[in-house]
Amino acid sequence: MRVSYKWLQEFVDIDISPQELADRLTLAGITVEGVIELGKGIEKVVTGRIESLATHPNADKLMVSSVNVGTENLQIITAATNVREGDVIPVAIEGARLASGLVIKKAKLRGVESRGMMCSGQELGIDPKTMASEQAHGIMILPPGTALGKDAKEILGLDDFILELDLTPNRGDCLSIIGVAREAAALLGRSLKQVQPRFSELPERIDGLFRVDISDVDLCRRFSGRLIKNVHVGRSPLWMQQRLRSAGIRPINNIVDVTNYVMLELGQPMHAFDYNLLKDGHIIVRRSRKGEKIVSLDGSERSLTPDMLVIADPSGPVGIAGVMGGLATEVTEKSVSILLESAFFNPISIRRTSKSLGLRSEASLRFEKGIDIGGCARAADRAAQLIADMGAGDVVSGIVDNVPLPIQERTVTFRPTRATYVLGVEISGDEALRILKSLNFSVQDSGENMLVTVPTYRVDVNLEVDLIEEIARMYGYNRVPDTLPFGQSTRGLKTRQQSFIEKIRCVLAEAGLYEVVTYSFISPRVFDNLNLPAKSTLRNTIKVTNPLSEEQSVMRTILLPGLIEVLSRNYSRQVRDGAIFEIGRIFYPQAEGHIPDERPVLSGAVMGSSSASWNRKPFEMDFYYLKGVLEKLFRNLGTGEIEFRSDTAHTSFHPGRTASLEAGGERLGILGELHPDVAENFGLPEKVTAFEIDLNILMAASGRPVSYINLPRFPGVERDMAIIVQQGIPSSEIFNVIRLAGGELLRSIQLFDIYRGAQVPEGFQSMAFSMKFQAEDRTLTDAEVSERTEAISRDLAHKFNVELRVK
Amino acid sequence: MERKLKMLGDEACRSMAAAGSLDELNEIRVRYLGKKGELTQVLRGMGNLSAGERPRIGQAANEVRAVIEEELTARTSALKKLVKEQRLRGESIDVTLPGTPFPRGGKHPLNLVFEEIQEIFLSLGYSIADGPEVETDYYNFEALNLPKDHPARDMQDTFFVGSETLLRTHTSPVQVRTMEKTAPKLPVKIIVPGKVYRRDDDATHSPMFHQVEGLAVDRRITFSDLKGTLDLFLREMFGPETRTRFRPSYFPFTEPSAEIDISCATCGGSGCRVCSHTGWLEILGTGMVHPRVLEISGYNSEEVTGFAFGMGVERVTMLKYGIDDMRLLFENDLRFLQQF
Repeated sequence: MRVSYKWLQEFVDIDISPQELADRLTLAGITVEGVIELGKGIEKVVTGRIESLATHPNADKLMVSSVNVGTENLQIITAATNVREGDVIPVAIEGARLASGLVIKKAKLRGVESRGMMCSGQELGIDPKTMASEQAHGIMILPPGTALGKDAKEILGLDDFILELDLTPNRGDCLSIIGVAREAAALLGRSLKQVQPRFSELPERIDGLFRVDISDVDLCRRFSGRLIKNVHVGRSPLWMQQRLRSAGIRPINNIVDVTNYVMLELGQPMHAFDYNLLKDGHIIVRRSRKGEKIVSLDGSERSLTPDMLVIADPSGPVGIAGVMGGLATEVTEKSVSILLESAFFNPISIRRTSKSLGLRSEASLRFEKGIDIGGCARAADRAAQLIADMGAGDVVSGIVDNVPLPIQERTVTFRPTRATYVLGVEISGDEALRILKSLNFSVQDSGENMLVTVPTYRVDVNLEVDLIEEIARMYGYNRVPDTLPFGQSTRGLKTRQQSFIEKIRCVLAEAGLYEVVTYSFISPRVFDNLNLPAKSTLRNTIKVTNPLSEEQSVMRTILLPGLIEVLSRNYSRQVRDGAIFEIGRIFYPQAEGHIPDERPVLSGAVMGSSSASWNRKPFEMDFYYLKGVLEKLFRNLGTGEIEFRSDTAHTSFHPGRTASLEAGGERLGILGELHPDVAENFGLPEKVTAFEIDLNILMAASGRPVSYINLPRFPGVERDMAIIVQQGIPSSEIFNVIRLAGGELLRSIQLFDIYRGAQVPEGFQSMAFSMKFQAEDRTLTDAEVSERTEAISRDLAHKFNVELRVK
Repeated sequence: MERKLKMLGDEACRSMAAAGSLDELNEIRVRYLGKKGELTQVLRGMGNLSAGERPRIGQAANEVRAVIEEELTARTSALKKLVKEQRLRGESIDVTLPGTPFPRGGKHPLNLVFEEIQEIFLSLGYSIADGPEVETDYYNFEALNLPKDHPARDMQDTFFVGSETLLRTHTSPVQVRTMEKTAPKLPVKIIVPGKVYRRDDDATHSPMFHQVEGLAVDRRITFSDLKGTLDLFLREMFGPETRTRFRPSYFPFTEPSAEIDISCATCGGSGCRVCSHTGWLEILGTGMVHPRVLEISGYNSEEVTGFAFGMGVERVTMLKYGIDDMRLLFENDLRFLQQF
């Protein structure tokens, strides 16, 4: 809503600057986003009349004009094509300054002197969208009778300020000048200047000429109509055009302009029908019938449904109530009688209708927020007055005002003590009374329980707490003291899951991974890019009904593609080394009507190498790197044993370089090198390794209590052993055999070398282990240790047919 | 004889003093004290002495030996020290070379800010609560006093996933879920960090973003407590010099409602590009929990009051680190992430 400062002043005396007013309103909840000075910087632009217009002696496209600016005639060269002799126009005279900052000087154009410039609306800072199309880009032509030599800023109402409001949806009443004026009056302690519209009426009565029947009283609670005869449709006066422009509305003709003007001034949307095109002068307000159609004012044919309210005459719909009028009964230059409609429609119905038709108008915007049901007739009178005042028609005597159900006054009980209780600052009865009255609430009993009657335009006030807010905002939020709640003190706690996730975040960041945050919605195409089979359960997604794009149209069932895309984006930006992780939720559909199963998961991905240094070679961030990170994580989380099993089946990963992770027999997740095809699909080089882990399962497996084991008191014995074994035997199996055969004397095993090459047969590898034997109660003898190592050798030989070298 | 011994001692000490290395010292030791050393020779020649002379000369010889040995020890340790010093001097390194790199890594700035906000409220006795990101219409709207066809639903352009399910547009549903679980017990003091979704995408809006919701419900919680708590929080978060401004606003689930501005740290309140020349930055929305929401959640709104607030974590993060485009937070460019 754009509010003219001058227009406001017609309703309330304001003695503070527009900016100060804006600040006061903002701190009272009527947010003013900005204050615009119209005609800012414009100087020395006056009204002038073109007395003569002749072709330029030296140029085809220029004209030489003589312009009467009141005191003298100025010779002005112009290239304008839309001006005629006799037109009154804004003229920038010598030394003038325009909205753009351009300064006008005396000049010679093709040898002829020019002492000024005719101005377009744009040059005066007027938005072309608010000007009639023929004037939008040409010279602005003023009404013929306009006084000459006057300051054009004043004549055009550009000596004004506009307050740009950013209203909250509850304050539909402030979508009007009067509404903002009421707020300003309350804030400034002034009274509102409001006069009853007065105008003369024709002797003829409206009663026999027009009637309205409201069939659906739930959707239309009031319909006020005024009839105007002898209408002269033409341009509205300049001041009215300018008022509309200041609010961002394009003037159309005097009748339409009046309806818009009243809407802006009083907040009541109005509609004008060509009365002679209405059958029988009879309006029926009813729900649409099945199959009914109407061509709306914008020329499109609209199919109506039975839940939409229409304004109809006996032959059919003539308007979509509260949304848009019909083209057939539009007011045109030929109209001689018009019917003015000023009605109250059900906000929800209007909202639904305008939504389903995709038609949002200034009218529907106001109706759906709830307009002043008490103001319909007054608005109709105001429109009639304006039409009469500008001589655009004669008002038929009387008003049709159909109110099918009585308008009930809303009363709310208000206790100043409750206001004190809620606000935490003493609000006296007198203070409350003063504030409520300043906002036009009437208060009956000013004791402990006040009976407050809410003005009809304040549809947002229904409960005591609403009145408490009114008190608070007028009292001033910033005057309320700052305190802290007292009462039972509480301890701030994190849930186990939150602490768990925070720990993971810390460990992984410490381990060198960067945390990323990606969108929860992904493209359904990523499943193809991941080479997932058609029947993969991951493809069973929750779909967003109204996504912004295909790219963000399904809820993720896996975090991984988001991370791969992050690596890919970085790679394309020449960031070739990266280690990242994300903790987020994945979403699995549940039965219809239920919200999905949301599971927290952890995913990570690495590419490239660690950073090189003068004293360390960079190492590749590969499968074993990421496995090491996970092992560190598991150790820090105190998980039970996590098993890594070779997984050759997952189509997104390298069949030979992938492990599925299990914790206590439950599938925890997957770790592996991306399948080269998948890497390629995402625009990445080969050798990207990634993992994804279910955090619920990990959490269940974590947090084993730490229990201290005695430090050894007797020396241990170390033995190294190298075996030559067929490639492809998982080291975990070899470890298991060693552990089993080593028994409890075997304290630790470390694999310290793997070698393939010379002296090792093709298809085999040499693995070197270091084993430590130790007993709790004695120093081991050589014989005891040898017995164990021999057992280990025997079992290994038996199981894997290995060749041994014991040191 | 005695004179010879003394000369021998003096000579040995002089040559030890002149010795420049442990090897030389060793030679000197051998020369005087070795099996064929000069002093040893002297002692061997004692047999030729008279019984009367022998003890005297013997004593003198032992004294000389003691002097030489003492000097030898002293010189040896002095030379050893010297040698070590020399070695260490040769081992010096360039201490200005970069250290061995450890892998770097870090948390996402949004989570850094989340954690900071959480810590402040944890210390004020608020617990952390959580709720689903895909919500029902009931919890996201209706239970928050936003019935179907309420115009305020337009304030939050919604992604739907079903007729009654949607991506939550705010973390506020967790208010109702938590109160339902807790009522009629008191107090409720929670904050809710989480992802939320709205159909908006430009330099200042992201279709997915993060909020922190807060809720305090108890007997006698007042608007003045709301002000005090949030003023305290904002000064903790943005520095003690931060000023706050409360403006009336509207949220269907609070009444009275407020919007809080903080003084612009960039210009100190005098007006700049960051604050659109107003000196103030909108930072969070808040209000007293609407009585209907309390009733829906199982509390008697006449006896129990509360306040709630919600803030956009992206906005706080951007202000805190001077980030000017929200999209950077979701692009995850490593060169961006490495800065935090």
